[in-house]
Amino acid sequence: MTASSPQPRRARRPRPGLLDPGGDGWCYLFVSPMLLLFFGFKLWPILATWYFALFDWDGIGWPQKFVGLGNFAQVAAQPLFWNAFKNTWIYTAGLLLIQLPLALLVAIALNDPKLRGRTAYRTLFFLPVVTTTAVIGVVLVILLSPAGGPLNAFLVGQGLVERPIGFLSSVGLVLPTLIAVGVWKGFGTVLVYWLAGLQSVPGELYEAARIDGASGAQILRFVTLPLLRPIAITITALTLVWSLNVFDHVQVMTGGGPGHASDVIGTYIYRVAFTVEDSIPRIGFASAAGVFFGLTNLVIVAVQALAVRAARGKGRAA
Amino acid sequence: MIARQNAPVVRATARPRLVAPRALLHLCFIAVLLVWVSPFVWIFLTAFKPSAEVYSQPLALLPSQPTLENFQRAWTNASFSVYFLNTVIVTLSTTLIVLFVTALAGYALGRRAFRGRALIVAILSASIFLPQGYTIIPIYDLINRLGLNNTLTGVILASAGVGFIIYTFMFSAYFAGLPGELEEAARMDGANIFQVFFRVMLPLARPVIASVFILEFLQIWNSFLIPLVLTLSSPEKRVLGVGMYAFSGQSGLDWTGLAAAATISLVPVIAVFLLLQRHFVEGVAGAVKS
Repeated sequence: MTASSPQPRRARRPRPGLLDPGGDGWCYLFVSPMLLLFFGFKLWPILATWYFALFDWDGIGWPQKFVGLGNFAQVAAQPLFWNAFKNTWIYTAGLLLIQLPLALLVAIALNDPKLRGRTAYRTLFFLPVVTTTAVIGVVLVILLSPAGGPLNAFLVGQGLVERPIGFLSSVGLVLPTLIAVGVWKGFGTVLVYWLAGLQSVPGELYEAARIDGASGAQILRFVTLPLLRPIAITITALTLVWSLNVFDHVQVMTGGGPGHASDVIGTYIYRVAFTVEDSIPRIGFASAAGVFFGLTNLVIVAVQALAVRAARGKGRAA
Repeated sequence: MIARQNAPVVRATARPRLVAPRALLHLCFIAVLLVWVSPFVWIFLTAFKPSAEVYSQPLALLPSQPTLENFQRAWTNASFSVYFLNTVIVTLSTTLIVLFVTALAGYALGRRAFRGRALIVAILSASIFLPQGYTIIPIYDLINRLGLNNTLTGVILASAGVGFIIYTFMFSAYFAGLPGELEEAARMDGANIFQVFFRVMLPLARPVIASVFILEFLQIWNSFLIPLVLTLSSPEKRVLGVGMYAFSGQSGLDWTGLAAAATISLVPVIAVFLLLQRHFVEGVAGAVKS
């Protein structure tokens, strides 16, 4: 690394050329396309959302009518925004409470190297992850349809229910149905993460615990779970961010309906910013809603950072 | 001590009993996974059914008179051939651009302590944690100002902006771990930086290239929001996911047509997954570890 610094005393090669592998000049050339992408599609969009949120702006030209925090006040006064906000959190809570523990259980079962067919099981659990949410969403609407959909045909045919169930058309059922779809769709990813975590637990620890006469439940409680804490925090944070950003299958399957019962932040902002429902697009207002929502993510990141620090501190103390 | 001595005895009696739970476990897995993959089974089998059959026998698995007519309807009439081509163009271009850009940057960041490197790494790491909120609005605005709204170029450019930071770090970590001798030998031979990078270093990074390719391919093939927003007023620029969404709005009752369209959209990505599944799973697991 030190050898690469330019040596001005040598008269023949006063400084390495841009393309000289020995110099540093090419480094800037090599990182510049990435930085261009970064400033254009990562940093600027984050900053611009905050900036746009301060203007009353329809998206044409540059924002000019500065309204300060006016958009935020409007967002905060919108019952539909809070409805979407609440639904997003119900969806998120559902995913956290169902997907994480279930995937951990399956991962523990699949982590046994003596279990035959574990690769096949893992592959099948992973299958929904690799498929397009929007495409699957359209198909699920058919499968769940009360008018001749296969699931209802089965339930009615077996005499399990008297009347077809409107999984997506009844206000009380739509959110649980979307949570179930979310669990199904993302299960494989969380499963693979848990498996990666389990494989980092040294096998000797299990041996030692077994020799000490620990039961399966005790091993889980006192060996596996404490060692999984760091990866558990990561998985929780990722699940939080994914589920708070939920859009694809909600937009495709319900569009937020019936009667906003499944409206989430994603569908809410999409509707305000990109559809002509309200005659003129309200980009400033939609951005303010996005910032509001981004602040929730900020809180999560802060909490996660604290949790990681606490988990590391505990690890060191032990 | 007594407990220790007893342990082997306990095990010996427990072993025969263990057989039953294992069989039960397999039974559970098989039952759950049958339900798990049933939507895919339904899609593939329904795509070959005459449309009347879906309504008359919604629970029949196999088509009694298999037909390819649904595919023809989806492929030509509903423009899925166009959507398919668009998806291939967008996915391959985006993946290649992202691979190229992140490998270049990862190489410089991983192997040289050039001035400004620390700052770049710090900004990149910090931005992973910056709350994104709904940044699709400025992305749409930017693409619009570049005059690329309703073009595949716009979709490709905006899609490339997703998720590349983690790939840059993956490349940088990998390149940092490579020995320097090969690089130096090439330098002695008078190779310029492009020759060093493309002939010597990049071929060594094959494992990372495979992981990044797979993760990005999957991500872009399945993306929905960016292509939806950037092709709102030009149907001929849609990708498969957006096309499927629009198709379901126009012909919500054509279930066999929708199943055929879904088959067209899903088969390539499932095939890629089954071929490369080991890398897929390792790539996903690797991304969370780093």
